[in-house]
Amino acid sequence: MTKKILIADDEPNILISVDYLMRREGFEVIVARDGEEALSSIRSDRPDIVLLDVMMPKLDGFEVCKAVRADPALEGVRILMLTAKGRDADVAKGLSLGADAYVPKPFSTRDLVAQVKALLDSEA
Amino acid sequence: MSGGPLIAGVSLLYLGLLFAIAHWADRRAARGRSVIAHPAIYALSLAVYCTAWTFYGSVGRAAETGLGFLPIYLGPTLAAALWGVLLLKMVRVSKSQRITSIADFIASRYGKSHVLGGLVTVIAVVGVVPYIALQLKAVSSSFSILLQYPEIRMPRHADTLPVWQDTALYVALVLAAFTVLFGARHLDASERHEGMVAAIAFESIVKLAAFIAVGLFVTFGLYGGFGEVFRMAREAGYLKPLLGPALDGYRAWFSLSFLSALAVLLLPRQFQMGVVENSSEHQLRRAVWMFPLYLLLINIFVLPIALAGQLELGAGVDADTFVLTLPMAHRQESLALFAYIGGLSAATGMVIVETVALSTMVCNDLVMPGLLRRWQRVAPPVDLSVLLLRIRRGAIFGILLLGYLYFRLAGEAYALVSIGLISFAAVAQFAPAMIGGLYWRGGTREGALAGLSAGFLMWAYTLLLPSFAKSGWLPAAFVDLGPFGLSWLKPQALFGLEGWDQISHCLFWSLAANTGAFVLVSLLRVPNAAEAAQAGVFVDALKNRRSASARFWRGGAEVSELMDLAGRFLGAERARQAFYGYAGERGLAEVSDLPADAQTVHFVETLLAGAIGSASARVMVASVAQEEPLGLEEVLDILDEASQIRAYSRELEQKSRELEAASAELRAANVRLQELDRLKDDFMSSVTHELRTPLTSIRAFSEILHEDPEADLEDRKRFLGIIVSETERLSRLVNQVLDLAKIESTHAEWRLGEVDLAGVIRESVQTTEQLFRDKGAVVQLDLMEGTAVSWADRDRLMQVMLNLLSNAAKFVPADTGSVEVRLKETSAGFQVDVMDNGQGIQPDVLPAIFEKFRQGGDDYAKPVGTGLGLPICRQIIEHLGGRIWVQSTFGKGATFSFTLPPENRDARAGKSRQVHDEEDPHRRR
Repeated sequence: MTKKILIADDEPNILISVDYLMRREGFEVIVARDGEEALSSIRSDRPDIVLLDVMMPKLDGFEVCKAVRADPALEGVRILMLTAKGRDADVAKGLSLGADAYVPKPFSTRDLVAQVKALLDSEA
Repeated sequence: MSGGPLIAGVSLLYLGLLFAIAHWADRRAARGRSVIAHPAIYALSLAVYCTAWTFYGSVGRAAETGLGFLPIYLGPTLAAALWGVLLLKMVRVSKSQRITSIADFIASRYGKSHVLGGLVTVIAVVGVVPYIALQLKAVSSSFSILLQYPEIRMPRHADTLPVWQDTALYVALVLAAFTVLFGARHLDASERHEGMVAAIAFESIVKLAAFIAVGLFVTFGLYGGFGEVFRMAREAGYLKPLLGPALDGYRAWFSLSFLSALAVLLLPRQFQMGVVENSSEHQLRRAVWMFPLYLLLINIFVLPIALAGQLELGAGVDADTFVLTLPMAHRQESLALFAYIGGLSAATGMVIVETVALSTMVCNDLVMPGLLRRWQRVAPPVDLSVLLLRIRRGAIFGILLLGYLYFRLAGEAYALVSIGLISFAAVAQFAPAMIGGLYWRGGTREGALAGLSAGFLMWAYTLLLPSFAKSGWLPAAFVDLGPFGLSWLKPQALFGLEGWDQISHCLFWSLAANTGAFVLVSLLRVPNAAEAAQAGVFVDALKNRRSASARFWRGGAEVSELMDLAGRFLGAERARQAFYGYAGERGLAEVSDLPADAQTVHFVETLLAGAIGSASARVMVASVAQEEPLGLEEVLDILDEASQIRAYSRELEQKSRELEAASAELRAANVRLQELDRLKDDFMSSVTHELRTPLTSIRAFSEILHEDPEADLEDRKRFLGIIVSETERLSRLVNQVLDLAKIESTHAEWRLGEVDLAGVIRESVQTTEQLFRDKGAVVQLDLMEGTAVSWADRDRLMQVMLNLLSNAAKFVPADTGSVEVRLKETSAGFQVDVMDNGQGIQPDVLPAIFEKFRQGGDDYAKPVGTGLGLPICRQIIEHLGGRIWVQSTFGKGATFSFTLPPENRDARAGKSRQVHDEEDPHRRR
């Protein structure tokens, strides 16, 4: 079964590049351009994994992460925080809120793909 | 009245009551519950100022001179206002030096001089003995008058009676006995007599009550109030002469007031009560108004009684006796007796305190120095305290008998009031040495001696000798023609000073001679070590709360010898107690632990000073201690050090205030720095974020292209386009961050000059023409008429305009976009508006639109921009002295406006220089 992946970022060019990467790996890709859109998409589309930017309009990545983890119905959704905010405090905050991984921007495409795959495998 | 035995019995009973009060107060004091600690008691005890001379004499003086009795009370009332400073200083010095009398005070001030103390004592005794005589006369004549009740007959001339039939002698003896009981029962190291003070305060109440009782009886009992007394007196012709200028003008009023103001401090009894017996400085504050109030009360009925006496009793009755004879004439037996007791209390109060004070002075300042000289040859007796008491008791009897003698010889020669004033003028001679010594450091022992001698001689010549002449002991020609017929030496018109009343005349010459001699002789040499040390203690009394005398002693001593010495004067037991107390004060358990240092020696000296006076104490201590005399230089060094320490502590206070202010400033600066640090962190974090975002795209697409060379050509072109635009964004960002940093750090180069704003607007619109054309938008200009010239940097201004216009181009809707640029003149200078018809700015973003990395615009269609354009605009406009702001209603477009000050050559001259100095160091170099 094809894994479903949600990419949430407010930078159009980043969306384009990650979308291209993930499709190339054979995933089904959905995109969201702000926090609210991301959360509703998670609820309706039930992606297997979410690549979540922290700095987004309306609802930031931390809030989305918190909301997902607070919802028992959304158990099992993997969250990978993807952000240009690379300070240790931000990493710790994301992980403590229940993110499964934290990848700072700019990232290596190869690493990102490997991380996503590893997270999806660990579920199985 | 049932005659002599009753009156004598009542008198003795009254004295007995006084003694009982004194005994009670002494016992309370011994148990530590002092009655005289109450400030009212202190104020009442000062009323010992009001003697029989006040009680009987005021009425007599009023009958003779009308309001002329008033200055005697007006002076002290006015002077009381100064007590908070002057009397306070006297009290503080006296407490620290254990001063026991005014002679001791002056002797101590000028280096503890025996000669000076002796001279002051002689002046005091000579000046005050007539005054005591006056009290004896008052008591004996009031006794004799009352004895005739109900007949009113003036007593016979005293010297026609044999001495042993003279009441005055018995009065003197009884009073001497009581004075011994009050003041010389035992030797007290502090020379304070709580019982005596309590008794005197009681006497003050009695005499006031008696006088007011007589006054009420006369004014309201015999007449219908003040109005009626004055009306009847006017009708009888008594009033007019009294209200006329009986005293010859302002001069007499002034001199009498001035004289009384001095006397109320300098009379030995006033010094005793006001300074020596004072138990707390706080009492002064109450006394300052309470004592004048007392004087007011005791004077209210003086005029009515004087007038009524003249109306009722006629010329045959001495006006000095009206207080007593008015009740007698109206058969008011008990009121007359009460008036007699009032007069008795006024007289006894004065006699007791004055005699105690004088006996202390005679003992400490006249007899002791002689004994000390004798003891250098013959060994002194072991217990001197008994001897000291005997000397004091002897002095008390001696002084009272002298008073009696004077009364026998001169009693009838002169009116009561004049004798009082002669005494006042004598003690006024203490003023220059005493008050001068409290405020002038330059006074010397010789200066004080010269001043006192000159003043005293002048007093004797201009006041005492004429009074002798009036008593018939000197030829009247001495006064009328001058000695040996030399008219310029006439005692009451000295050196041709005619037409002055005798008191003003005496006061003028005596105080002039006194002050002149004091100052001139003092100036002959600089004060020696002892004088300089004491000057420091006296003049700076209000600055140093603790006595500093101990610093002026150097040498060695044995504590046991010092204790033996104190024991000989105070009695062994008292001395032992005092030493234990002192050891306790220094935190030591045993007397033997006491070090024989300067402090201990100073303690013994002040302890002895309380008993034998400061000058004698100095000699006695010197006899048992091996002293090294301090030179003047050393004393001055110590004094100098003290003033340096004061200056230093003031400096320290100043420094600590400055330090506090500085640390407050530092705290504030630190808060500002922390805030700046936080802002810088935020900025760095934002910049990093903004840099990483385009980098992320660039890296991702580069890797995609790198790993996948076979990718679709369409994708390859698209990805490369993104890489290019993201690279452009990156370089724009880097440039703007640097630009902003430069402007903010004030290192930017400003090329200031006259700038035509319309020209800048036209050029910027031209430059951005293509942007608007692409979007299908129109730009309209609405520029004011005339030239708008500002002092600015043209390139920077272009930067602002281009930023605002490209923002507008970004946000206007496609095809229907419209932008209007306006230039107008306002009160703030020139204003430029850039108005667009875009969607406007959301209200939550609006306030922060000029802050860094706060971009407006559609969240979904993120505008191409760095978030630094508007912050840079704001920096530029504010630097050029203008203001930038935005108005926007969401959905209805936005208007960005800024102002610039108009070109102003005058202001610019200063401003541009300032700009060059502060903002543009590079150009200057």
